[in-house]
Amino acid sequence: MADAAAEIDRAGGGQSVVTFLRNNLREYGILIALVAIMAFFQFATGGILLRPVNLTNLILQNSYIVIMAVGMLLVIVSGHIDLSVGSVMGFVGAVAAVMIVQWQMNFVLAAILCLAVGAVIGAAQGYWIAYHKIPSFIVTLAGMLVFKGLSLWLLAGQSVGPFPPTFQLIASGFVPDFLGSGKPNMLSLVAGVALACLILFLAIRTRRREQAKGTVEEPFAFFAVKHGAIFIALVYMSWLMASFRGLPNVFIVMALLIAIYSFVANRMTIGRRIYAIGGNEKAAKLSGIRTERLVFLTFANMGMLAALAGLIFAARLNTATPKAGLGFELDVIAAVFIGGASMAGGVGTIVGAVIGAFIMGVMNNGMSILGIGIDYQQVIKGLVLLAAVIFDVYNKNKV
Amino acid sequence: MDTILEMRGITKAFPGVKALDNVSLAVRRGEIHALVGENGAGKSTLMKVLSGVYPAGQYEGDIIFEGETKAFYGIEDSERDGIIIIHQELALVPLLSIAENIFLGNERARGGVIDWEETSRRTAELLARVGLKERPETKVAHLGIGKQQLVEIAKALSKEVRLLILDEPTSSLNESDSDVLLDLLKEFRAAGISSILISHKLNEIAKVADTITVLRDGTSVSTMDCSGGVQEDDVIRDMVGRPLADRYPPRKPKVGDTIFEVRNWTVRHPIDTHRNVVDRASLTLREGEVLGIAGLMGAGRTELAMSLFGRSYGTWVDGEAILRGQKVDLSTVPRAIDAGLAYATEDRKSYGLVLDQSIRRNVPLANLEAIADRGVVDRRRESEVAEDYRQRIRIRSSSIEQPTVNLSGGNQQKVVLSKWLFAGPDILILDEPTRGIDVGAKFEIYTIIRDLAAAGKSLIVISSELPELLGITDRLYVMNRGRIVGELPTADATQEKIMSMIIRSDRKAEGATHG
Repeated sequence: MADAAAEIDRAGGGQSVVTFLRNNLREYGILIALVAIMAFFQFATGGILLRPVNLTNLILQNSYIVIMAVGMLLVIVSGHIDLSVGSVMGFVGAVAAVMIVQWQMNFVLAAILCLAVGAVIGAAQGYWIAYHKIPSFIVTLAGMLVFKGLSLWLLAGQSVGPFPPTFQLIASGFVPDFLGSGKPNMLSLVAGVALACLILFLAIRTRRREQAKGTVEEPFAFFAVKHGAIFIALVYMSWLMASFRGLPNVFIVMALLIAIYSFVANRMTIGRRIYAIGGNEKAAKLSGIRTERLVFLTFANMGMLAALAGLIFAARLNTATPKAGLGFELDVIAAVFIGGASMAGGVGTIVGAVIGAFIMGVMNNGMSILGIGIDYQQVIKGLVLLAAVIFDVYNKNKV
Repeated sequence: MDTILEMRGITKAFPGVKALDNVSLAVRRGEIHALVGENGAGKSTLMKVLSGVYPAGQYEGDIIFEGETKAFYGIEDSERDGIIIIHQELALVPLLSIAENIFLGNERARGGVIDWEETSRRTAELLARVGLKERPETKVAHLGIGKQQLVEIAKALSKEVRLLILDEPTSSLNESDSDVLLDLLKEFRAAGISSILISHKLNEIAKVADTITVLRDGTSVSTMDCSGGVQEDDVIRDMVGRPLADRYPPRKPKVGDTIFEVRNWTVRHPIDTHRNVVDRASLTLREGEVLGIAGLMGAGRTELAMSLFGRSYGTWVDGEAILRGQKVDLSTVPRAIDAGLAYATEDRKSYGLVLDQSIRRNVPLANLEAIADRGVVDRRRESEVAEDYRQRIRIRSSSIEQPTVNLSGGNQQKVVLSKWLFAGPDILILDEPTRGIDVGAKFEIYTIIRDLAAAGKSLIVISSELPELLGITDRLYVMNRGRIVGELPTADATQEKIMSMIIRSDRKAEGATHG
């Protein structure tokens, strides 16, 4: 048994699977945690969690948190925080309702205007934070109160709705299955399999390159298991989605945002600069990085994403209520920290934040299915956040 | 003289590295024992073992203090026995008073209520002992770095110190402040307090040390008795493991025409807006020249340099900069970089590096466009650039992926230099480029400076170490109280001449205010 394990070690990179995992626990820990939590609820709910309809719901329910977590990650990496996103999201939903329902404005135009409103709100807060060095905690705390109040005023305390059906499609629509009859949804299946193949192909190509350069770190066994699992998971998920109604529109929006922002954060100079600002603002500034402008843009971007989340949320509920978005900022911030971002800035990944958001989402969903009261749900979520960050700090100090 | 401390066969391993390998150290009672070695030689690790930062059980070997074998599990334990360590980075709370700082965590109190009278009285005594003429209630933030160092020592004295450990105490002090501190150590010696002095400045060690222990690569190489004088060359040879023929690389200056000129540059203090920190400073810089700016701490050298570099310090009031005969706009850092300026800071950790990030990420930071195509970073190019600099200027590290926080001071400085070299400047301002760096790495930095000048770059070197300026520059400006008070070719300069320029300008300034 031990010999067999050693055999695999030698076949792989320089280190054994266990050592590798231990050294990279920070990176994979969060993903493993998500899988474990999903497995637990799948078992505890007697298989309801991963039913096609529930899985689709899970994605729809969490889309706005995921979208805002993407923006929040950048804010937190730059060393700041935005407490206003929940209120801004609610406010933009209210603006959308007023424009579309009360003024009968064309919904595409209204959506564009709403995104602009969000960006302006973010920019206004970012202006004080970036150019006048007012702490972001305070500026966005003020923003949180202001926009909570403004949504109440705008909606005059009432719910406004319903939206026209075309607008509702943003949140509740599905991409039409132009590859088949829709039972099962061929588009979803094909897209899922294609994505799984693409990821596998890219991973193998990268590994080949590393092998050529002799910089392989990952043991082969680990590589094989990891990518095997990802492949199977993706195909299985797409099958599940296919057997319900296929790919939700929101899912496409979300996936695109994750891909784009990951690319921006990891591969673009602007991403490099944001990480540098969070890591050491003074050094970044003296390196010729326009720190003020970037912080300003980060907040403007956050405002725009909060507006997008607001539109999706309003469309999903089919009404704008003064209470929309209440407390969402906490879920979003929790997701980012669970995903491994550092309070001090400079550390964190988009993918981590998204996984963090899904950990929160799966727990919400799973606990609701199990009929656990909202009281205990809050307690458990709080403890999970604390545990995740303790784990992270412990891991960091171990090195 | 008997032995107060003996460390026997100390071995301390970190994952993958043996930081200390069977190190022994014996300190006699009432002596000043200098501990020298290059960065990474294990000096700080040894002191952390001694002070209990690395608790007993995490290392091998014995610590025998005052004849007893000790097992320290934390700083509290070693402090209780009178072993006090003063770190390079001072641990004072700036917004608290001197008295509050001295008795922080050790308050003169009865039942939790602080006895301020007693605190003040004791503080005044301690301040008198260290020769610091300040009131106990003065906030530490208002003191210069030299005085803060004295407060740290007063704090150590408040704890009945028997063995005082000073880690690079003079690295950020100017000459006169350093002398005050060294004299104080001598007084302590007379009073029977032993000290361990960690320093890179061999001339200071020669002034005060009774014994020198040299560490290299985690082992104790030699212990020398200094009663017959110190042979600096021997010490350096033991530190670097090879004889060092020259402290400064030989060079043949090839100085061209004037490339950069500053006229009447004036800068106000950022908070105290009535004070001009830089007052009508003018200077010229020629192609291929290494220009030095000498002066005491607080003379306005760093402020002048940072203000030139995109107005990064204070408020610019007046003055112009002329590059190749044309007025040039240096009002923001990106503009200064575009104009061909670079400024390598004196404070690497706060202003130079993103410490959490790798060498690969830090090197291209000032010139990301060069490794990117339409805003997308070419990671292969990025790695090539970082690897190239890592090898070319020999950044000692496991790989370009190593976070800069784990590098030694000299190697951190090389990363900062790499960053600026990659930005491709014509004019480099190097602020204290060898502060806190060991002898071997200093030589490497000097070599880099020489090669840059030979390649036609123009350099301005700011340094508080006069021998260094005399060793590597072509021409010197002397700065004092925000003004340039003298200019002379290095060939004619001596330490005495420079100091007398400073003193003369002080007298003139005082005469002006009194008259």
